[in-house]
Amino acid sequence: MIAPQHSKDPAPRGNGSSGGGACSSGCGCGSGASSTGSKEAPANLATLVEKAEELARDWRLDAVRAWKARTKGIAVGYLPVWAPRELLHAMGVLPVGVMGAGDDLEIIRGDAYYQSYICHLPRSVIELGLNGALDCLDGMLFPATCDVIRNLSGVWKLSFRGKLSFYLDVPQDFERELGGQFLRQTLLELAHELETRGARKLDMGALARSIRLFDENRALVRQLYTLRRDEPWRVLTSELYPVLRAGLVQPVEEHNELLAAYLDLVRSATERRPLDQARVVVSGSFCEQPPLSLLKTLERGGCSIVDDDFVQITRWITSDVDQPHNTGKDALDWLVNSFLSDSTDSPVRYCAKGRKGDDLVRRVRASRAEGVLLCAPSFCDPALLDQPMLQDALDAAKIPWTNFKYAENTGQFQVIREQAGTFADSIKLWSEA
Amino acid sequence: MSTTTLKPTPPAACKDRSQERQKEMIAAHFQRLARAPETGQKNVYTFVPGNLTELLLAFDALPVLPEINALQSAMRGKSREYIALAEKLGHSEDVCSYVKCDVGMLRSGNVGPTGERLPRPDLLLLSYTGCFTFMKWFEILRQEYGTPTVMLHVPYQGGGKPTIEMRDYVVAQLKKKVIPALEKATGKQYDEDRLKELLARSAKAEEDLTWVLSTAKHKPSPIDAYFGAVYYVGPIFSSFRGTQDAVDYYRMLREEVAERLEKGLGPVTPDGQATKERYRLVVEGPPNWTSFREFWQMFASEGAVVVNSTYTKVGGVYDDGFRHDPDHPLETLANYCLGCYTNLDLPTRVDKLVGYVQDYEADGLLINSVKSCDSFSAGQLAILRAVEERTGKPGGFIESDLVDPRFFSAANIKNRVESFLQMIEQKRGGGA
Repeated sequence: MIAPQHSKDPAPRGNGSSGGGACSSGCGCGSGASSTGSKEAPANLATLVEKAEELARDWRLDAVRAWKARTKGIAVGYLPVWAPRELLHAMGVLPVGVMGAGDDLEIIRGDAYYQSYICHLPRSVIELGLNGALDCLDGMLFPATCDVIRNLSGVWKLSFRGKLSFYLDVPQDFERELGGQFLRQTLLELAHELETRGARKLDMGALARSIRLFDENRALVRQLYTLRRDEPWRVLTSELYPVLRAGLVQPVEEHNELLAAYLDLVRSATERRPLDQARVVVSGSFCEQPPLSLLKTLERGGCSIVDDDFVQITRWITSDVDQPHNTGKDALDWLVNSFLSDSTDSPVRYCAKGRKGDDLVRRVRASRAEGVLLCAPSFCDPALLDQPMLQDALDAAKIPWTNFKYAENTGQFQVIREQAGTFADSIKLWSEA
Repeated sequence: MSTTTLKPTPPAACKDRSQERQKEMIAAHFQRLARAPETGQKNVYTFVPGNLTELLLAFDALPVLPEINALQSAMRGKSREYIALAEKLGHSEDVCSYVKCDVGMLRSGNVGPTGERLPRPDLLLLSYTGCFTFMKWFEILRQEYGTPTVMLHVPYQGGGKPTIEMRDYVVAQLKKKVIPALEKATGKQYDEDRLKELLARSAKAEEDLTWVLSTAKHKPSPIDAYFGAVYYVGPIFSSFRGTQDAVDYYRMLREEVAERLEKGLGPVTPDGQATKERYRLVVEGPPNWTSFREFWQMFASEGAVVVNSTYTKVGGVYDDGFRHDPDHPLETLANYCLGCYTNLDLPTRVDKLVGYVQDYEADGLLINSVKSCDSFSAGQLAILRAVEERTGKPGGFIESDLVDPRFFSAANIKNRVESFLQMIEQKRGGGA
C-alpha cells in the first residue's frame, strides 16, 4: 500500500467536523444518523442522562451486538488506558472500551483467576469473558498499562483460544525516530492482525477522516470539561461520567451526537444554580473505573469535581491530532506524533522531564481547585506508586489533599462520604483560598 | 518490668565452597561501592532482569541493583523497619515491598549489607524490562537523589517471540540514549572492543551455569535448583557477568557439582547434605527472603528437591541456547534484555514450565505467589491450571511476599506444602 502524502490527501486537513453526525469515513460502519436513527437526541437532560447511564452499564454489550447485527462489521475491545481507536475505526472496526462490570456483576469464576492482592478489574473482565458477555468481540487489545493488564493478555490467550489477543506495547521513549518508529511498527502490526480477521485494509485517507471524527470527540469533551471547570453546578460529574462511558460502546459518530446534545442541554439548563461545594480534582482513577455511586457520594459529600482522570481514553491526547504542525508522511504519523508529544501526563507514562506531581499541581491551578482527592483503586500499582510523589508535590504547593481507595464494585460509601465531607468542610472553613 | 524471650540462635547453616566464594565476591563488591566516594569510581543503579552489566563494566562503572539490596536487607532482618518507614512516608501497603524496602533503606542512611554506606548514584539506568514497577521505582529514586536518569524501554514479548523490530528499537536506544548517558556519567568513551572481551567472558560463565542447572535432570539431583540456585545465579545476574571472577566462580561451581554428581550426592541444604530425594519439584515465582532458611527447610525436611525453577531465569534465560555473542555486542545485549523470564508472555511461560516438569521428571509444579510482584504473580492461577492439564502432574499454590515479613505465614505455608506433597503421594499411589 502506498500511503498518500499530505498534499494529495483525499481528505484535506483542518476543521475536522464530520458533518451532520453521519459517518464520513466511508468505512461502512453503519454509524451516523441515517443508519442508526440516533439523530433523535433526547429532548431533555434527564432522558439523555438516563440513556447514557444505560449505555455506561451495558456490560453485556447489547449496543455492540446491535451494531454488529446492523453492519455485519467486526468489533474489538480495548482495556484502559489508551488504544488507537482512530485506526480501528478507519478499518471499519468498532472500538469497544472494556472497563469491567463495575458494581453490576457478581464475580464468581473471575476470582479463581486472581489472588486477593490483585486489583478488581481483571477478575471482572475475565468474568465477562467467561459468562459470554464479550462473545461479540472479535478480539481484545491489552495496552501497556501495568503488569496486571499485560499478563491479562496472556490469560486471555490461554482461556479464549482463537480470539485475537493483542498486547499493545507503547513506547516509553518519546523521540520520533526511536519510540515513534516503534509505535508506528506496532500499529502496523495491529492493522495487519485486524485485516486477517476481516477488517478493511488500512488506508491513510480513511485514517485521516477517522482522526477528524475523534478530534471532534475530543473537542466536545474538552468543551464539557471547560464548562464544568467554570460552572461545575451545570455539569455534574455524576452525569458527565456516564456520558463519557457511553462512548465506550457507541460508534464515535453517535457519541459525538450525545456529547453535543448534552452540552446543549446543560448550557441551557437555567434551573441549575451554583452550589456551595468545595472544588476538587480527583486523581488516580484512570484505569479501574469507580462506581457511579462513588461519584454521587463525593458530590453529596460537598465536593464539586472540576478535573479528573476518569475514562481517560477520551482525553489521553490532549488536543487535536489533525493540526498543521503535526507533520509526517501520513495520517499514521500524525497519530504517532500526538501520542509521543501530546499525551496527558499519566502514571503509566514515563515522566522523562520535570518532577512528578508538577502536572497535577498545574491542573489544580488551571481548574482553580481547592483540594485534591487521591482516589485510586486498591492494588493499582501505577496510581499507588505515584501517590507519595504527588503528595509531596501537593504539600510543597500547599494544596490540601486526602486519599482513599475503592474497587469498581465498592458498595459501602459511608466512610468515603464522611472523609470527603470532612475534607470539603475543612476547605470551606479553613482554606486560605 | 518487661520480660524478653530469647530465641535460641539457630545453628550455622551448612554451605558448600561455591556458596562461601559467592558470598566473598558479593561482599567485595559492596566494599568497592562503599569506597567509591574515595576512589572516584562511578556507579550506576539499574535492575536485575535483562541487565546490562557488561556495558556498565566497559565504562568501569559499578552496578548497584536495588532488588539485591532489598533482598539482602530482608535476609539481615532489616526489611520490616524499612518498609514501615516507607509506609509512614506515604507508600501504600498495596505496592511492591522491594520498592518500600529500598526507600526505607535510603531514608535510613543507605547502609548496604556489609554495614557500609552505599554511594549516591551517578546515573539511574532504568532498564524497563519485564516489570512495570521499575519505572515508578526509578521515578521515585530520581526525585530522592536528583540524579540523571536514562530510560531503556524493552518491549514485552506479547506475541510470544522477540521481533527484529523490537531488537532494533532496543539497539537504537542503546546507541542514542544509554551509551551517551554512560559516557557523560563516567567521563569515558565507549570502547566496543572492551565490551566484546567482557561478553566473551559472559558466554563462558553462562555455559558453566547452564550445565550446572541441567544436572538436576539426574536422580538424585546434585543441586536444589531454587533455594540453592539463587546463590548460583547471584554473580551472573548481579555485578559480575563479564568478569574473570565470574568465569572462575562458575568453573569452580561446575567442578563442585560434577563431584557431587559423580558421587551420587544430593544438594547441600542449610541442615547439611540431603540424604534422600523423595520429591522432585518445579517451582515458579521468586522465593520469600525474610524467612528464606525456614522456607527452604520446609522442603528439605520432607526430602523435596527443586529440580528447576523460573526464578533462576529472572535475570536472563540460557536454557534455550542463548549466550552473549561478542561478535554482535549491542544486538546480543538487546536480545538478552528481551529474553528474560518476566518479559515472556504467559503461553511461553506455560510452555517453559511444561518442559521443565517433563524434561526434569518432576512430580509436580509449585507456585510461590508473591504479593509484591504482579509481573510474576498476575495470571499464575491460569498458568497452574494450564501446566496441570498438559502434564497431568499436580500443582500447588502458596502465597508469601518478597521482603515484607508480615506476609510470610510459616504455619500456613508449611501446611500447604505438606498438603501438596501428600497430593503427589496420592497421585503416585494411583489415587484420584
